[in-house]
Amino acid sequence: MNLHALIAQPDAEPAVNIALNIGFGLIATVMIFAAFSVVTTKNVVHAALYLVLVLAGVAAQFILASAEFLAVAQVMVYIGAVMVLFLFGIMLTRAQIGKEDGLNNQGWQLGIPVAIVLFGLLGYVIFNTFEDDVLEERAPFPTEQLSDQYLSAYLVPFLAVSFVLLAAAIGAIVLARKD
Amino acid sequence: MLAVEDTHAALELSSGWFLENAWLIALIPAIGFALIIGFGKKMPMKGSEIGLASMAASLVIATGAGIQWMQRTDSASHGGDEAIGGAFSGVRGVLRASEGGEVEPYIEPVVTQWVWWQNSGLEFGLGSHIDGLSVLLLWLVAFISLLVQVFSLDYVRGDRRYTHFFAALTLFSSGMLVMVMSSNMVQIILGWEIMGLCSFMLIGHWWEDAYNSHSALKAFFTVRVGDVGLLVGTAILFFGANDFAVANLDSNGFDIRAIQAWALSGDGSSWTLIMASSALFIAAIGKSGQFPLHTWLPDAMAGPTPVSSLLHSSTMVVAGVFLVARIYPVFWEGFNIANGGLSFIAIIGGITIVVAALLAFVQDDIKKVLAYSTVSQLGYMMLGLGTGAWLPAVFHVFTHAFFKCCLFLAAGSISHSGSHHSFDMKKDMGGLRKFMPITFGAWCVSTLALTGVIPFAGFWSKDEIIDNVGANGYTFLFWVGLGGAALTAMYMTRATYLTFFGEPRGAAAGIHHDDGGHDEYATEFRETAIRSADLVAALPRSLSAAANVPGDDIEHDAEGDPAHGGHHADEHDDHGPHESGKLILVPIVILAFLALTSGFVNPTPLAGDALGANLGEGVELLKKYVEPRYEPVAIGETAGHAGESVQLLEVTPLPAAEAGADGKDAYATGCGRTDPEPGTVCYFPKVKHAVPELSKILLSLGVVALGYAAAIGFCIAFYKNKNPRLVGLTERSRIARGGYLFLKNKYYLDLLYQNVFVYFVSRPLAKATYWFNQNVIDGAVNGVGTSGKKAGDWVYNNIDQKIVDGAVNASGTVASETGHGLQPVQSGKVNQYGALLFGAATVGAIVLVILNVS
Amino acid sequence: MLAVNFLLLAAVLFCIGVFGVIARRNAVLVLMSIELILAAVNLNFVAFAMMNDNIDGQVFALFVIAIAAAEVGVGLAMVLMIYRNRKSIALDGLSEMKG
Repeated sequence: MNLHALIAQPDAEPAVNIALNIGFGLIATVMIFAAFSVVTTKNVVHAALYLVLVLAGVAAQFILASAEFLAVAQVMVYIGAVMVLFLFGIMLTRAQIGKEDGLNNQGWQLGIPVAIVLFGLLGYVIFNTFEDDVLEERAPFPTEQLSDQYLSAYLVPFLAVSFVLLAAAIGAIVLARKD
Repeated sequence: MLAVEDTHAALELSSGWFLENAWLIALIPAIGFALIIGFGKKMPMKGSEIGLASMAASLVIATGAGIQWMQRTDSASHGGDEAIGGAFSGVRGVLRASEGGEVEPYIEPVVTQWVWWQNSGLEFGLGSHIDGLSVLLLWLVAFISLLVQVFSLDYVRGDRRYTHFFAALTLFSSGMLVMVMSSNMVQIILGWEIMGLCSFMLIGHWWEDAYNSHSALKAFFTVRVGDVGLLVGTAILFFGANDFAVANLDSNGFDIRAIQAWALSGDGSSWTLIMASSALFIAAIGKSGQFPLHTWLPDAMAGPTPVSSLLHSSTMVVAGVFLVARIYPVFWEGFNIANGGLSFIAIIGGITIVVAALLAFVQDDIKKVLAYSTVSQLGYMMLGLGTGAWLPAVFHVFTHAFFKCCLFLAAGSISHSGSHHSFDMKKDMGGLRKFMPITFGAWCVSTLALTGVIPFAGFWSKDEIIDNVGANGYTFLFWVGLGGAALTAMYMTRATYLTFFGEPRGAAAGIHHDDGGHDEYATEFRETAIRSADLVAALPRSLSAAANVPGDDIEHDAEGDPAHGGHHADEHDDHGPHESGKLILVPIVILAFLALTSGFVNPTPLAGDALGANLGEGVELLKKYVEPRYEPVAIGETAGHAGESVQLLEVTPLPAAEAGADGKDAYATGCGRTDPEPGTVCYFPKVKHAVPELSKILLSLGVVALGYAAAIGFCIAFYKNKNPRLVGLTERSRIARGGYLFLKNKYYLDLLYQNVFVYFVSRPLAKATYWFNQNVIDGAVNGVGTSGKKAGDWVYNNIDQKIVDGAVNASGTVASETGHGLQPVQSGKVNQYGALLFGAATVGAIVLVILNVS
Repeated sequence: MLAVNFLLLAAVLFCIGVFGVIARRNAVLVLMSIELILAAVNLNFVAFAMMNDNIDGQVFALFVIAIAAAEVGVGLAMVLMIYRNRKSIALDGLSEMKG
């Protein structure tokens, strides 16, 4: 993959913060490795743990992108709740824990060309459009500003999402209930 | 005194606690509803005490708000130093412009509003908007609801869903109160829908019976048809008025006052106004049971009698009238009422008056007579609103609530104690005046009020509507109104005669053939038309029953209602007709008293010379306190200042409108279609008031008297003396039978809705295809066949068999082959679908990128 | 820091997620791959929010997190039901929709 392009930074950019870039590169490397492992490992529990790594990396990237509230929410929701759900799901659906064959489909190779073509397309478009755009360092967005948006401009979607969550909770109970 | 010499006079309006906290009037019953639902069953009186207490609290606050509103109005006229007592004694400091006096200022409503929710800067308020109209209706709704709940204490005692009944009744009142005090259209929709839901719950209160649940559904869905109009109209008004409201009034296009001001400002195009007013009037048609959608109202009688009474007097059906009255400027401008345009509202109102009154003649069910009577009276209100008689229409809402509620409660009292839970006038009533003297007296007072006999309430309001309709130049509708008054007198005489006079029949004579159906219909749910043959078969029996054939002939009527057992144990040991208990009689007597007196709050004929009294305009309390003034207000000062007890208002008086040659008000130019003066808005159009004349009063009284005389004569001849020329007329005369059937089947409107509209959704294609097949294709084939069999054979053998069939078969084969070819793609495997999905999306994106780049 | 960094990282995660959805047979693993895709989308939202100095991107990222939580809850409940009914959560066995 295009890992090299991610880490190598052009020195000509004056606004670039070297330490930030090194941090970003390290985290990104770990994330990409972990993501690969999620889709290739033969142990389902390991896949879940690699996924934790990826999501923690996303949270770290959020901090770099001055989205602190989101980082905290990411940790709490994904690592705190969603991963526990996944682990429970694995335990409830499988007795055996350990390496296992047959986690992949018959035609799993089909995914490789699709993924590579898709990445080629995305990479081309991204480089073409945002070649020189620099993300300027800035103070984190205050959480207050976020909440203002939720409770004014996005109030109705906010309410709608709360209904979606309620419906999902009820639906999950109905589906998973033994009867 | 208001100093009108200044162009800008500071005006101090008093306010008060009740006016600013009027939202409690609706909130208390809503809380009461929650409490009844939550704790009602554990309370000693099963929750009814919570309902009564909350309605009583609402009534207290509404009364306080009413008194303070009067003080506020007086403070504008008299600088705040004169109490309302002066108004009652007929003393007025300021003459109205029509009397050659000074211009009265616009009285700012007291608006208290909170932001309920908002979306991208658009705020939806929830609160109270208190002016004369809302104060009047708030008080009315709270008062009637309280009386109806008192009545219900005894009436539904022992019902299996007693607690739920009171809960729904309380919420119903709350819904109406929310709507009446609305400060914006969204709140109107809220109250409107609460009422729709509660009417469904209450009409279907005894839903075990299929008829009742059908009726509830019918009421709900018929009203829903109109509700679409409410949503559309609100949207149109919003998009029309929003810019104006944001720019000038610091509010948005949902705000009632903004809509009123916008409609009168000349800012909106007439097309927008016509669309909005038509859509909103469709909503009013549905809710207020106007002509094409009136069919749900009589079926709504399936609910318990207190529900019918509340529904038909002050809530629900009045909601449509209130909607029109509330944003009257929209209708005023949209239908061009100012210039005597023949408005949609007036036409529908006029049609409804006559159509419903005729239907009331053929009903055997006492509640249905009253239901059609309500529809007819609502027609009067709409007629008044549609012809510019705003005040008389609102006045009629006020008086009608008392006497119609009284009539319904009297009917309930009769069925409760006199006719053993039956509402059939022909089978189970008659001669009840001896057994139920108080009910009879109340009924008579209310009937006289309904028919518009002079000192009773209905006269002052209904006659004023008719008078104004004539004075505003609608001559034909004037005669329609008069004819309606005569019809009213006739059908009410028939109902009164059948119920209270003659010999007792059925249950009224102590014969009990039904086993305790509680306030339910002895009739089945009939959706099919009554055919002529059925009528001939059925009529002699009912007529003979009506004509007092002794009991043994009536016994077989018991077969008609076998299904009503087991609803509740019959509590009445005394099986003869008797007077009802105090809890039932007290509300009836209070209402009857008001039916007698409530007209004197606005006796226009007494104000002038028409009846020789000439008490001055001071006796017209509603005109003074309820009708909004049309004077323009400077824009900068109109934003509602909630929480301030004293408001300063900049008033720009127009030059006093020049009186016409006949003493009537001339239309103001400031608030018509032409733009008002820059910097001012007005909130109410300049409506005309007719000057009563003795000749017109005598004319309408004469018409009513004629109606009474004809009806009494008919009743005596037909029911008492069984005049052979009249009895059996419907069997002998084709015209009479046709008319009777037409009415009995309610103009076949139900059939139309049921068979045409409903089936038009479900079976149109099948029917159309069948018809096409039978008529067109068969005809063509026959034509071909007769013109030459050979040609037909050739067509059949060659074109049909070879070409058409061949084409059909070929296309089938192609489809089948294609399907087989593509079958492997539909593997049913999720991953493969995912691969195809992402692959296709990628390819599509690549195509887009290439197209864009090159 | 270049905007391209974030966007490319998101693109890589997205493609890995797509590969996972296509390649994996185990339903739980497919759900995990979907989480990868959603995480990539969130990264994009946050990066664009920073780029445009506008907080709306973060608002939407939080919506995505909420919806993702709902999706996982319902998805795992469905997986559980499938497992209970057929003692397997292999997706290639679920081919009743086969044409």
